[in-house]
Amino acid sequence: MSTVSSSHDLEHGHAEPPRGLTRWLITTNHKDIGTLYLLFSLTMFFIGGAMALIIRAELFQPGLQIVDPHFFNQMTTMHALVMIFGAVMPAFVGLANWLIPMMIGAPDMALPRMNNWSFWIMPFAFTLLLSTLFMPGGGPAGGWTLYPPLVLQTGQAFPFVILAIHMMGASSIMGAINIIATILNLRAPGMTLMKMPLFVWTWLITAYLLIAVMPVLAGAVTMLLTDKFFGTSFFNAGGGGDPVMFQHIFWFFGHPEVYIMILPAFGIISMIIPTFARKPLFGYASMVYATASIAFLSFIVWAHHMFTVGMPLAGELFFMYATMLIAVPTGVKVFNWVSTMWRGAMTFETPMLFAIAFVILFTIGGFSGLMLAIAPADFQYHDTYFVVAHFHYVLVPGAVFSIMAAAYYWLPKWTGHMYDEKLGKLHFWLSVIGVNVLFFPQHFLGLAGMPRRIPDYALQFTEFNMISTVGAFLFGFSQLLFAYNVIQTIRGGAKATDQVWEGAHGLEWTLSSPPPYHTFTTAPEVK
Amino acid sequence: MATNRIARAGGMALGGVLLAWGAAARADFALNMTPGVTAISREVYDLHMLIFWICVAIGCVVFGVMFWSIYHHRKSRGAVPAQFHESTVVEIVWTVVPMLILISMAVPATKTLVRMADASEAELTIKVTGYQWRWRYDYLNEGIGFYSTLSTPQAQINAAAAKDEHYLLAVDQPLVVPVGKKIRILTTAADVIHSWWVPALGWKRDAIPGFINESWTLIEQPGVYRGQCAELCGKDHGFMPVVVEALPEAEYRQWLAKMREKNGQKTAQTTSGVKTL
Repeated sequence: MSTVSSSHDLEHGHAEPPRGLTRWLITTNHKDIGTLYLLFSLTMFFIGGAMALIIRAELFQPGLQIVDPHFFNQMTTMHALVMIFGAVMPAFVGLANWLIPMMIGAPDMALPRMNNWSFWIMPFAFTLLLSTLFMPGGGPAGGWTLYPPLVLQTGQAFPFVILAIHMMGASSIMGAINIIATILNLRAPGMTLMKMPLFVWTWLITAYLLIAVMPVLAGAVTMLLTDKFFGTSFFNAGGGGDPVMFQHIFWFFGHPEVYIMILPAFGIISMIIPTFARKPLFGYASMVYATASIAFLSFIVWAHHMFTVGMPLAGELFFMYATMLIAVPTGVKVFNWVSTMWRGAMTFETPMLFAIAFVILFTIGGFSGLMLAIAPADFQYHDTYFVVAHFHYVLVPGAVFSIMAAAYYWLPKWTGHMYDEKLGKLHFWLSVIGVNVLFFPQHFLGLAGMPRRIPDYALQFTEFNMISTVGAFLFGFSQLLFAYNVIQTIRGGAKATDQVWEGAHGLEWTLSSPPPYHTFTTAPEVK
Repeated sequence: MATNRIARAGGMALGGVLLAWGAAARADFALNMTPGVTAISREVYDLHMLIFWICVAIGCVVFGVMFWSIYHHRKSRGAVPAQFHESTVVEIVWTVVPMLILISMAVPATKTLVRMADASEAELTIKVTGYQWRWRYDYLNEGIGFYSTLSTPQAQINAAAAKDEHYLLAVDQPLVVPVGKKIRILTTAADVIHSWWVPALGWKRDAIPGFINESWTLIEQPGVYRGQCAELCGKDHGFMPVVVEALPEAEYRQWLAKMREKNGQKTAQTTSGVKTL
């Protein structure tokens, strides 16, 4: 009898997670790893945000008040690296971990042990990166774009920064391989590619982008390393190299990277809007094709980041036209979201509010992107606050808002508790006001001629910088409400139903809230 | 307590918006790109305004539809969701119409770009070299050259003295050029990448060590035009402004003569200075 029961226990030995810290260290469960990624991302969001607040505090008025220019440059560089690689990308990977298996009816990710490893590399990579701030000569101060020759002037931190980037890259590539393997192999019977939820589709395409470009970044930073320490001259004109070649390689990674940070956001928004409009997405197939077109175009537009380096006329024309073309599939997406809302029956819970703000503010970022594509005008816009305003509009009320929308949308499913709707709405309104007060005046600053990455500025830029700083502190501190709300929801709260939202469709909503530790051990049938 | 804090944050946000409103109403500081002082800079400005108004128009239509829908198609007003989706006609329209708008944008942009690329038949060539952290100007056919360094006193930067009108935008020796002449500007750098930018001229161009970039300008009105280094170049990137003084031909000649005289006395010094840098 006892033998029977112990073999029974063995068979189901993984039904409940082990207790304590080891659970998180050795877990191979997609839900646990998703949680780890998301909490890591939230931590990095606050660290990167604190750096942004140092930048904005220094820029509150002209003159040098708080930090010296070298430290200011370290802050701009680290803020970008932490936010891109530490906050936005891991947040999307965390969402992918939690959601993709539940959306396609898979028991877990296809490669669970690698999943554990790809997460646990991240804390080490970022400890290494952040530790460079305390090294002789300080952290990297040449901008997150790492342009040589400037980046080669970095102090002792240099090789550590490169190693940290390699680690992040390895983690991203493993994450991407895992996502592709999961989506292509573990779909439930009947879940054909064209039936997959859009979040799954956008992540599938994103994962291919990651595999294509992260090795390119790795190559670029390795060449920097050998230029610095092993006497090569890839980017040194004195030895027959070319500093601009680094920019070409970097942006061949960098531009798809931009879409890596926005395609999953498109997927999230394409799932939230139909739920709260209680109406199917207007054009599912065209959304899939638009995503694929954007991904393709992302590989042939990189040099629009470098219109001022002195490319031949033919090159500038090509990159101008190709960049303008991106407006077409992006427009298709925006039109689709609006037509999904059209004649729906909308309600405005916090996820929907964030989704609507996403559509409007991302579109504003898209407009400034279209303006930046016009090469002759870009000669004026380039490297000014207009560019800063542009990419923050697509990244903050774009990518970050979509992540928050996703958190509010799926948190009741994950935790089994409803979040505090009042607090969520308050967080939304403070964020949406803060983010616009923060970034909208930066358009004016750029057009009026303020270069980016400067710690001090001429007097005519004072007013808008002050406004921007006020917005930054408002936006920054309102994120504490988000953290508070998330933690409270994890700890308890009103019981969530299985479907959570009246208009929600999809396999994840057929599970209980919270879902059991292991789900879909038997594949569901998709009709 | 919590509501108090919330009210305060809300008040701050409102204050920020009102401040922005008030600031926008004031006309004495810049809100938009300058039309500049060259034919090219005006073309660039016109392109900028054209694409801006196109974006505003598209925004009005898209957001207009969206807000109408948000107001009318809400459940609390008793809206019943329609179930329509996919329409080939609609999807073709919203692909083709943006394409046409883009083409109408690309045509004038291409023309301007082609004109900007043609630096031939310049009457004067100036080599601009970026250093950490100042500029050097060499008049290639005139045999003169000099450094141009920030002249704002450190005391003003550290708030030990009142900031003057051209805070951070003043140099000891500006680049002096004649009006009405096509000037070819060659940019390069001695250490890291810099970017030479005067907004009134309508463009910026990177200064890259080991390479020479060619641009041109033709300034129509005499005046002093100020700009800054636009490419992050290290600690004092924010402290290497560009000042261009455009003079009428006769005054430019006088300046040139004076500079030649001064330069003649210390040619040896200058060249050795360049070498050690």
